Amino acid sequence: MTTTTVMTKPRRAGFGGIRRGEAASGWLFTAPVLIILGVFLVIPVIMALWVSFSDWGGRGSPFSSDVHFVGLRNYSTILDGGGLAESDFGTALKNNVWYVIFVVPLQTALALALALLVNRTLLRGRGFFRTAYYFPSVTSSVAITVLWLFLFSTTGTVNQVLAWMGIKGPNWFNEPSGLIQNGLAVVGIHDGPAFLTQNSFLGVSFWDWLGGPSVAMFAFIVMAVFTTSGTFMLLFIAALQNLSPDIDEAAMMDGAGAWKRFWRVTLPQLRPTLFTVLTLGLIGCWQVFDQIYTGTQGNPAKTTLTPAYLSYQSAFQNQAWGQGAAIAFILFVIIVLFTLLQRWVLREKKVSRRRQLAYSPETAARAESKRAAQATGGGSR
Amino acid sequence: MQRRTRWLASGALAVTTALALSACGSGFSSGSSTSGSLTSSNKALTVMIGSSGDAETAAVKSAVASWSKSSGTGAKVIAANNLDQQLAQGFAAKKPADVFYLSTGSLAGYASNGSLLAYGDQLKNKSDFYPSLVKNFTYDGKLYCAPKDFSTLQLIVNNDDWRAAGLTAADYPKTWDQLDAVAKKLGTGGRTGLVVSGQYERLGAFMVQAGGNLMNDSSTKATADSSANVKALDFAKKMLNDGAMKFAADVGAGWGGEAFGKNLGAMTIEGNWISGAMQSDYPNVKYTVVPLPEGAAGKGTLQFTNCWGIAADSPNQKAALDLVQKLTSKDDQLAFAKAFGVMPSIRSAASEWKKLYPQFTPFLDAASYAKGVPTVKGASDVIADLDSKLGQLGSSDPTTILDATQKNLEALLK
Repeated sequence: MTTTTVMTKPRRAGFGGIRRGEAASGWLFTAPVLIILGVFLVIPVIMALWVSFSDWGGRGSPFSSDVHFVGLRNYSTILDGGGLAESDFGTALKNNVWYVIFVVPLQTALALALALLVNRTLLRGRGFFRTAYYFPSVTSSVAITVLWLFLFSTTGTVNQVLAWMGIKGPNWFNEPSGLIQNGLAVVGIHDGPAFLTQNSFLGVSFWDWLGGPSVAMFAFIVMAVFTTSGTFMLLFIAALQNLSPDIDEAAMMDGAGAWKRFWRVTLPQLRPTLFTVLTLGLIGCWQVFDQIYTGTQGNPAKTTLTPAYLSYQSAFQNQAWGQGAAIAFILFVIIVLFTLLQRWVLREKKVSRRRQLAYSPETAARAESKRAAQATGGGSR
Repeated sequence: MQRRTRWLASGALAVTTALALSACGSGFSSGSSTSGSLTSSNKALTVMIGSSGDAETAAVKSAVASWSKSSGTGAKVIAANNLDQQLAQGFAAKKPADVFYLSTGSLAGYASNGSLLAYGDQLKNKSDFYPSLVKNFTYDGKLYCAPKDFSTLQLIVNNDDWRAAGLTAADYPKTWDQLDAVAKKLGTGGRTGLVVSGQYERLGAFMVQAGGNLMNDSSTKATADSSANVKALDFAKKMLNDGAMKFAADVGAGWGGEAFGKNLGAMTIEGNWISGAMQSDYPNVKYTVVPLPEGAAGKGTLQFTNCWGIAADSPNQKAALDLVQKLTSKDDQLAFAKAFGVMPSIRSAASEWKKLYPQFTPFLDAASYAKGVPTVKGASDVIADLDSKLGQLGSSDPTTILDATQKNLEALLK
């Protein structure tokens, strides 16, 4: 992609005159990046794509003559093989879906809340709070994972704090039970209905798909929210500082309260940043690897297994290189699809006729009088 | 027009890339591959090990250095951070380490893709290795590599707890029922009678005692759903449910040895590697190693082993074989035993080892009846899956677990 755009642009300049030689310099200046991207990105990706369609066993070059094209075999083993590879992939996907469902909204909301807090001009020691919130993001994820293993051990700090409140904390990183299934067990539901337990997708029953993240995965979810919110807070602060205070003041003059100003005025203006934060969060969440590698290696009971870690495990530990590469490409497709979906959801919508009407002076006046009447009438809500 | 040239250009780019890639592919393969006989050159050897610590690294380094001196061939020892990964990288680049540690779990994978030199038949001391170990490293009827050393599981008993419960040496359990009984007696206060890691690599000992195992000895037939295995897991489940046994994870320990050292359990089932851990982490805990109780099929336990692999792409296989011959000799194996507590893989070193470590003889005695873990390609994945289910053995059905494992193992044999 990059190469083609670069190739066409300087072409017109090549015809002589004062711009002669610009094409060559253009190539010269872009060459380092092109070479680096090619060697470290494009070629490895092409190689991995080929490996995912081949029977390469990990010895010698994947392009040597004794490696054969096997079509979609690696993909079908993972997606429809009926064996361990399929159920492992299903389990990994399930774990990661729950991870995304919890982490992305939580970290975005927390980051935005923190940004709004530290952006207030009245707050004393703003600099301190900004640094404090950003600190976890600076620390390496390996160090934080190790810290987390200590905090969430059976006799760790978290459980001791819970004990003060009279709660017996779980054995966090060794507890494979799902949060939602645990919740159902409290109200006396231990086994799902047959149509959920009997039917399965990717070798994992629907009952398990709906089981929620395991307690162990939840500890990782808390960690991800803790470590990434700071980074995204910075993005939101930058965006907030770019907003012109005039609009906010105008809204204030129109009588909008703080809550309404945030939802109707500030948040819509933050849409591009929101898109960035959600995209980055989504990609990061689907690629979760280092926490798993240093922390649990997929244990307990495979409930912290993620596609990224499974890909590594299949390739490097089980010598199933084709399957490992295939998992990586399926993951790639998933990420692209989610990003596209989110782009579509967050697109700039044209204000509908009905909506436009709501903002016209007459309707506003009518709504105001109606509300006043309701308020004097005792209020139905 | 312009669009077409752009397409042509990118097509040309793709072709060039492919050519460049295949070129670098063929560049590697023009190595020395003389079939039948060993390669020989004056290149220095690389020895890659997955070391348990400084003691092991130093011992291997000094053994290799002394060979290097006497043979005149250079040799370098690399202690890998992540052996699996670093080996895989070497094989992929066709520049593997010449000699390396190889686990039973990875043997089939590397043997089937041709990465390994099957040098077993050329070993001078081939008949000296324990037959069960030789079986572990035989793939497709060929002995691929020389067993480096081995470990077996036995019962580890805390002396003080044992005495406090009013038990004597005569009470060491001989049967499953006795094990259950003493475990109940030892479990007082916050302590559990028996704490083990909740995985096949420990509970499998019960399967062997009952006359089962996940696969037959040569890993050619899946036997996971045998009635002996069901009986073994039923027994383990019963001990879990009446509180005589707990899994290490459930008492907040990383493995059985940690639970035992912290006295969260009065007994554990571990291998001879526990001696090193006890010495360094819990030097004040006094313990005795006793044979595991007998099941319906008599004595039984699991064994674990590694071997010295030699790469098929090594340019100096002759020297590598010579080095391995030296590293598996009696003197070297006894030196390794002293340095990091392993058991020699050859029978001729047994009596001397027992003289050095009389307290650990049950481990070595198990060589005659211990069974290995499945070695078929992909077995480690199936075992990992089984382990993930065994963690919840107390609340699940052993037959269901074993049936699933049987299905997964059979899939590997197709």
